[in-house]
Amino acid sequence: MTAPETHLLAPQRQVGEVILAMEDVWLSFGGVKALQGVSFDVREHEVRAIIGPNGAGKSSMLNVLNGVYHPQKGRIVFKGESFADMDPHHAAEMGIARTFQNIALFRGMTVLENLMTGRNLRMKSGILAQALRVGPAEREEIRHREAVERIIDFLELEPYRKTPAGQLPYGLQKRVDLGRALASEPRVLLLDEPMAGMNLEEKQDMCRFILDANDQLGTTLVLIEHDMGVVMDISDRVVVLDYGRKIADGTPDDVRSDQAVIDAYLGSSH
Amino acid sequence: MFFRENGQFKSTYRADQQLLPILQDRVFMAGLVAFAFLVVPFVASDYLFLSLVIPFLILTLAAIGLNLLVGYCGQISIGHAAFMGVGAYAAYNLVLRLPFLNFLVVLVLAGFVAAAVGMLFGIPSLRIKGLYLGVATLAAQFFLDWVFARVKWLTNYAPSASPPPVELFGWTVDTPVRKYLFLLSVLLVFTLLAKNLVRGHIGRAWMATRDMDVAAEVIGIRPIYAKLTAFGVSSFFCGVAGALWGFVHLGAWEPLAFDLNLSLSLLFMIIIGGMGSILGAYFGAAFFVVLPILLNRIPGMLGFEMSTATASHLEVMIFGVLIVLFLALEPHGLARLWAIGKQKLRLWPFPY
Repeated sequence: MTAPETHLLAPQRQVGEVILAMEDVWLSFGGVKALQGVSFDVREHEVRAIIGPNGAGKSSMLNVLNGVYHPQKGRIVFKGESFADMDPHHAAEMGIARTFQNIALFRGMTVLENLMTGRNLRMKSGILAQALRVGPAEREEIRHREAVERIIDFLELEPYRKTPAGQLPYGLQKRVDLGRALASEPRVLLLDEPMAGMNLEEKQDMCRFILDANDQLGTTLVLIEHDMGVVMDISDRVVVLDYGRKIADGTPDDVRSDQAVIDAYLGSSH
Repeated sequence: MFFRENGQFKSTYRADQQLLPILQDRVFMAGLVAFAFLVVPFVASDYLFLSLVIPFLILTLAAIGLNLLVGYCGQISIGHAAFMGVGAYAAYNLVLRLPFLNFLVVLVLAGFVAAAVGMLFGIPSLRIKGLYLGVATLAAQFFLDWVFARVKWLTNYAPSASPPPVELFGWTVDTPVRKYLFLLSVLLVFTLLAKNLVRGHIGRAWMATRDMDVAAEVIGIRPIYAKLTAFGVSSFFCGVAGALWGFVHLGAWEPLAFDLNLSLSLLFMIIIGGMGSILGAYFGAAFFVVLPILLNRIPGMLGFEMSTATASHLEVMIFGVLIVLFLALEPHGLARLWAIGKQKLRLWPFPY
């Protein structure tokens, strides 16, 4: 790889040290206690799943991690640095990207432009240079276009480059959402129900892209997913939430046989 | 079949990202610019220049400015005529107090003054959106109107601002043809600048903020940066347009030259022309300038008389109806109709 500012396509799947963690996080909205003293950690290059019934606080957890919500108590640790709360811009700058449960694409922009926004943080040319579009500004644009084209290639989005994102079918929009997050070359990628509402084939495609991202790009993944088959298949470790509390944490096999988890999902008689 | 891009392959990203990637577009544009510079000056009458073409050119520039803010960044403003006024008064004072400055320098400085004022009044956009922001910019309009009327220093204690004719490198911009050539050149330069901005990363930051502000923030676009630059650049364009409106079109102006009516007219232009389209600003301004003149002429051609009062009432009514129709049927305006037409031309006259 000659371009120094990219780590794309460097195979490096080897679970490492803890890269992102939250410690004893409390979050409430008025009387609703969304998270009650939740702690968990994510190791580098791993696939970490968050599961739990509806309203368990899974999305809130992602929103705390990348600074959309500010917890009342607790800390977030990223790469050894500790934060009482995060703000979304800082999180993005440090390399935490995310996708959204209800797709939040820029509908009026083309697929290419959507992916290019993922590079905005790395583009430095000033307003005047962009207005004149001479020399460095144009070269910068082309350099980042090349990086985005690798993502387009990776996600097989070639036919849709110049299509407005709002006109794409649902499954493709989910893929563009993933692409936009990947275009920023994140260290950690938070995926909020990447396979919700998809048919089997689309789910398989999505699984492949997610695993490839983890495998080939070395991206650490945190994902919320309802499809147990998918979760058990692709994740290294699973954390289970119920009513804002962590009830289990461990490998898929541990979690599957955990009595608290079975009670939460199947209901318990006590 | 007249507009097929078949066989025009791009082998570099530079070629794919150029302003007009399709050959037919490039030929058409070159022809249009050549026509505007070489043919129009010889065939158009002075009346046509003064009543139609010159206002069209300046209003287009202002509409491009407003469209950068409203159409691209999604922040509404009902006070952009006031920012034009800021540009006009800034230019007037620069010419008055620093007469040695070249007029092009004056234009740019006036643009910067307008940009600074625009960014100041854009600060509310960081907290409020939509209708509420509209009202906040309306306050800017009223406040600046008041300043133009009350602060006598701005007009050097004269009742109206009346600058000397514009002079450029010993070339006086006084005849209609000269005004036309000067304005056309300025407009072309600014159109290019605007086009480049909206396809650069700042343009993407604006559009992302417009389409989904939360996602934009999560991807790393600072809302404060996107919104304030949009206000600044947009007001810069409008400030330059305002200075030209005062110096070249009006010649001398009262404080009310930049009132709420003009602000609303600019909004009409971008709604009818097309939100989020530079081309739309051209269509909108052309429509806005041509319609009243047509309305004045058509009854006479058809052989019945209509008083000017009736005509101007009709004009307001027709604009109202058109705006409602466009908002309901084609929110992207004439520019979208143009794009659809171009799409159809790819195949026409064949069915597929």
